[in-house]
Amino acid sequence: MIRARGLGRRFGDRRILSDVDLDVGAGEFLLVTGPNGSGKTTLLRLLAGLLAPTSGTIEIVADRRRVGVLGHEPLVYRELTPLENLDLYGRLYRVPERRERSGMLLERYGLWAARREPTSSLSRGMVQRLAICRALLHDPDLLLLDEPYSALDVGGGELLDGELAGHGRRTVVVASHQPERLAAYATSGLALA
Amino acid sequence: MTGYFSDVAALARKDLLVELRTRDTVPAMLLFVVAALVVFHFALPQDSSELAASGMLWIALLFTALLALVRAFVGEREQSTLDGLILAPCDRSAIWLGKTLSVLAFLLFAEAVALPAFALFYERVTWELVAGIALANLGIASVGTLLGAMAAAARTRELLLPLLFLPVAIPLVVGGLGATVSDDPARYLAFLGLYDLIFAILSWASFEYVVTE
Repeated sequence: MIRARGLGRRFGDRRILSDVDLDVGAGEFLLVTGPNGSGKTTLLRLLAGLLAPTSGTIEIVADRRRVGVLGHEPLVYRELTPLENLDLYGRLYRVPERRERSGMLLERYGLWAARREPTSSLSRGMVQRLAICRALLHDPDLLLLDEPYSALDVGGGELLDGELAGHGRRTVVVASHQPERLAAYATSGLALA
Repeated sequence: MTGYFSDVAALARKDLLVELRTRDTVPAMLLFVVAALVVFHFALPQDSSELAASGMLWIALLFTALLALVRAFVGEREQSTLDGLILAPCDRSAIWLGKTLSVLAFLLFAEAVALPAFALFYERVTWELVAGIALANLGIASVGTLLGAMAAAARTRELLLPLLFLPVAIPLVVGGLGATVSDDPARYLAFLGLYDLIFAILSWASFEYVVTE
């Protein structure tokens, strides 16, 4: 599903990522690890298409409509409610029965009671739960997650564990500082230096 | 095509909803345009011409529009929500069109206050003036939204946007003012229409390259 050869990215004179080769098949789970500044976020942004590589090539065999991304930023509007945020993305991703799907995700991630509150009034952990709902809303075939456990409490982390444990046909690429938590699901690993 | 316009409607609705909740832009525009017209009223000599009054109105409208354009992509950049829109499978030009429509709505709000104020302080509002403003709005919103997206990526966006936008807006002022004061308003209105068409197509087609690498 993902094939990258000689992938590299510079920001000005600073080389963030160099010469990364990657093969991730459909249904596989790739765990990306590495210290701060090793290029994990840059790699995920390259895979998501938010950045263009300065060297190398990427091939992703997935419809843009079927890719879900959870980055450092939640990519939700603070001024809108969780329900309005999911409704907007549901429309853009043409999610069938988006209201039912949004409601189901909000309930699963413990946000149903806060569904009509402005997102700006939610805690950081609740916003991260909403960001997970946004990334999963269109039931993506390829899921790109950058530090997904960030700001999540024990309950939120367990919900995400359940999601990743049952990834099934879904291809997952996760960048994380908690490899021990994800090792059980990973089918391959990439350590960036 | 229905899907495209449904994306545009969803994105414009989102911007209007965000403005309704934050009231960041429209109240500032209303206060600015009224304040500018009041200041110009006292700055202009009593016997100044209709031409001078119309010129002042166009200056006030142009700078009021800049307030909306500077704000148009600031929230999207600061909250990184533009990434969310770029990741979505919608056509990138739909993001531009949705934003253009919301900017257009903000301009109409400001003008709904500015024109009665202009009639109060200066001259009566003619149909040529209203037609000129309506056509200029399309040009301001379409090209301004594109330039707003470009400027929002820069740290000095408040400085950069006027530098990019004002030169491009000169034809709009020439056309709008010409339609208001000349004996042949149709010629100037046609010029404004042509400007809108050309710049709307250019902005629509180039927006994708502005928001992606």
